[in-house]
Amino acid sequence: MVAISKIATGNGHGENSPYFDGWKAYETNPFHPKDRPDGVIQMGLAENQLCFNFIKKWVMEHPEASLCSAQGVAKFKETALFQDYHGMPEFRQAVAKFMGKVRGDRVKFDPDRVVMSGGATGAHEMVAFCLADPGEAFLVPTPYYPGFDRDLRWRTGVELVPVVCESSNDFKITRNALETAYEKAKEANLRVKGLLITNPSNPLGTILDRETLKGIVKFINEKNIHLIGDEIYAATVFMEPEFVSISEIIEEVECNRDLIHIVYSLSKDMGFPGFRVGIVYSYNDAVVSCARKMSSFGLVSSQTQHLIASMLSDDGFVDSFIVESKDRLFKRHKYFTWSLSQVGIGSLKSNAGLFIWMDLRKLLKEKTFEAEMDLWRVIINEVKLNVSPGSSFHCNEPGWFRVCFANMDDHTMEVALLRIRTFMLKHNEAMVPQKLCRRSSLKLSLSRRRDGFMSPSIMSPQSPLVRAIN
Amino acid sequence: MAAISKIATGNGHGENSPYFDGWKAYEANPFHPIDRPDGVIQMGLAENQLSFDFIEKWLMEHPESSLCTAEGVDKFKETALFQDYHGLPEFRQAVAKFMGKVRGDRVKFDSDRIVMSGGATGAHEMLAFCLVDPGEALLVPTPYYPGFDRDLRWRTGVELVPVVCESTNDFMITIDALEAAYLKAQEAKLRVKGLLITNPSNPLGTFMNKETLNNIVRFVNEKNIHLISDEIYAATVFMEPEFVSISEIIEEVECNRDLIHIVYSLSKDMGFPGFRVGIVYSYNDVVTNCARKMSSFGLVSSQTQQLIASMLSDDDFIDNFVSDSKDRLFKRHKYFTWSLAQVGIGSLNSNAGLFIWMDLRKLLKEKTFDAEMELWRVIIDDVKLNVSPGSSFHCHEPGWFRVCFANMDDNTMEVALSRIRNFMVKHNETVVPPRNKLWRRTSLKLSLSRRMDDFIMSPSILSPQSPLPQSPLVRART
Repeated sequence: MVAISKIATGNGHGENSPYFDGWKAYETNPFHPKDRPDGVIQMGLAENQLCFNFIKKWVMEHPEASLCSAQGVAKFKETALFQDYHGMPEFRQAVAKFMGKVRGDRVKFDPDRVVMSGGATGAHEMVAFCLADPGEAFLVPTPYYPGFDRDLRWRTGVELVPVVCESSNDFKITRNALETAYEKAKEANLRVKGLLITNPSNPLGTILDRETLKGIVKFINEKNIHLIGDEIYAATVFMEPEFVSISEIIEEVECNRDLIHIVYSLSKDMGFPGFRVGIVYSYNDAVVSCARKMSSFGLVSSQTQHLIASMLSDDGFVDSFIVESKDRLFKRHKYFTWSLSQVGIGSLKSNAGLFIWMDLRKLLKEKTFEAEMDLWRVIINEVKLNVSPGSSFHCNEPGWFRVCFANMDDHTMEVALLRIRTFMLKHNEAMVPQKLCRRSSLKLSLSRRRDGFMSPSIMSPQSPLVRAIN
Repeated sequence: MAAISKIATGNGHGENSPYFDGWKAYEANPFHPIDRPDGVIQMGLAENQLSFDFIEKWLMEHPESSLCTAEGVDKFKETALFQDYHGLPEFRQAVAKFMGKVRGDRVKFDSDRIVMSGGATGAHEMLAFCLVDPGEALLVPTPYYPGFDRDLRWRTGVELVPVVCESTNDFMITIDALEAAYLKAQEAKLRVKGLLITNPSNPLGTFMNKETLNNIVRFVNEKNIHLISDEIYAATVFMEPEFVSISEIIEEVECNRDLIHIVYSLSKDMGFPGFRVGIVYSYNDVVTNCARKMSSFGLVSSQTQQLIASMLSDDDFIDNFVSDSKDRLFKRHKYFTWSLAQVGIGSLNSNAGLFIWMDLRKLLKEKTFDAEMELWRVIIDDVKLNVSPGSSFHCHEPGWFRVCFANMDDNTMEVALSRIRNFMVKHNETVVPPRNKLWRRTSLKLSLSRRMDDFIMSPSILSPQSPLPQSPLVRART
């Protein structure tokens, strides 16, 4: 066999993680309401599918946004030829404006700092290449998106050191946790080059409060290390409190701006993962310059730049879209979490993201990650839902699962909830010998479906079912 | 200042090469027929601009190829969500079919081996990451595309070792040259992992004959190293002989297929550099697998995949496009080289690509690269053309320049040729004192007037060694 590279023969691609096993199970037997009603429902993919009718309407009303319509074809040639890594000016301006709007216009973004990349995936890798040498390290609070293991490390040779966050304080990022991680890196002889935060958080669905953000900014300035703020879920904050971006914090506290870099994308906020619109926004001129040159390896297709420039410069559309999207996410999230609580399943209180951080600790046979994997296999194989086990996010405590709720229509959501209810029913019967009255009260609570949804929101497991067990 | 990476602070981005200086001069003062008629004409960018009317007509007739028309919008959602690194099946099938057609359907390509990348730029880097470890090396015949220095080396840590090709045999890749390069690498303690060939060649505009390709295949098999064949100019072969792809050679000679990888793109053949459609096609399953995972860093926008899938699966359109494009390239190339020959400028005999390899060795003050740079500055600053100096392509011999001819309309071509003619007239007047100014100028005017109209009727002239009578200007000097 002829030799290929170490990178190619190793496991740095990260696909041996259980995060992807569920996907494989889904792909062999995907749910379809008619063709495969018993198939696996995909709840492991953080997609935003709730607003496409809104977008399609805009697309139909704006044929000039396409290079292939009579109204747009006059721009076909110049666009097809445009490969300048600065990107189309209209594209950068529209993206900068959108980023500002998503932050309530509390900050302005400079189009000249908008650098393209191959999705957020490419953006993260690019930032790693710009900031860290092979063998150096980034601190990353846990639990974190499994893709980081590949994006930041695989071809760059950079290491990741976890900043362990605990459920006891809702996984907040504390100064202690940061210092501990920094120390650990030093002990391992790893030079820490930066800290990567995801805000709003994947998988938690929470946002960082001002105090935490200020603490983080202080920390990185003291250590003179970079801060990468992955804000790709910024427009999915569907409920108070309002999102606070790192771009706002640096206007309020002292900070060396050369340390501050934002990763953005349209994959989550707009629901366009296929279009590969990744953005690196750095306050450091040398990094902007370097990243721009590197962007040649993953420029956004000029055809897509043209479409996005058109769409995002329509203020009326963007303002309405942001509001509408939040509203739909809010309703879906509320209904989903409420329904789960009705059968005794709780989740971390969250106000953002396309998923919840579901708490199944009490369903574990024992407090181990093996037990978590056992439970997960049951969920995939019997309940037929693909959810993502917390261990794949490097959670320090077993029993947590990320469950996506925005990537399906209402009907599929109902099917998923029904399966969960049925599973919990069986599970509780197995745990507690059944009595007639319990079944009746359970049927009562189960019937309080969408119609009964007007009741006040319940975020924690206090349903009659739980009370009956305790 | 907070420390950033060595990669970021170094020069691996390659932009300090003179290849880019001319671009900067162009960008500061770009030619425009009305607004800036004295601006610099861009002849340093290998773009294919000759067939857009053909493509635009097809677009108008196929609204379903767009996600944003009434006919196509039903696919908007599923396409916008599609981020599977396997790529849209229709896209892969259409690209595989197109690659076959471009090779006269003499080989078939397997759509499951089609892997996406961020343009050819991303494809090259991706292959380097898959095949080579930091500190190891690839052999690359000179002259070669300057972007390779960045694409293959910058973030990968891979080294490039030149395989020196000489003008004396038209820069053909010989076994001697390959062996010499391999030895040099060994002496420098560099482990050679592969050989990268560009076929058809950038900047030469030539392509390799069967014998050369067979030798190359034998060489890589003997050394057990990879062969990367960059075939992004495959559809720009506008004249006989017919293009021979590595994919054909391996059907004819013994070869370990795990060594063979092709880089492709639609940037040159279709003229779509902005759409970033890069392709890695490997015969090695492990490499295909790894590359596919890596493609996440540079997938083709699903919106673009949809458009390309539509376009390239229209057989009639493709057949017509490929032959029409070749025809237009042929005519433009012929007119350009003939016009240059009229003023005594020769170029390497070529039948492919979007450029010619212009021979200005006799205009150098001395046979040095400094003299080449001086001449180049004159061309940029006085003649106001951005051409690319041979040294930026690592040519071993000074005096060669790559000049692109397919990235402009006819009018701009005429302006460029007029500037070249004026320059040559001035140059020759200073070199040879005019005995009879009037006579020379008249005959020059005569030859200069034989422009596009005469061109069509006269037999083709491809090099200054043609049997046709040379212009009075050349004869006057030699």
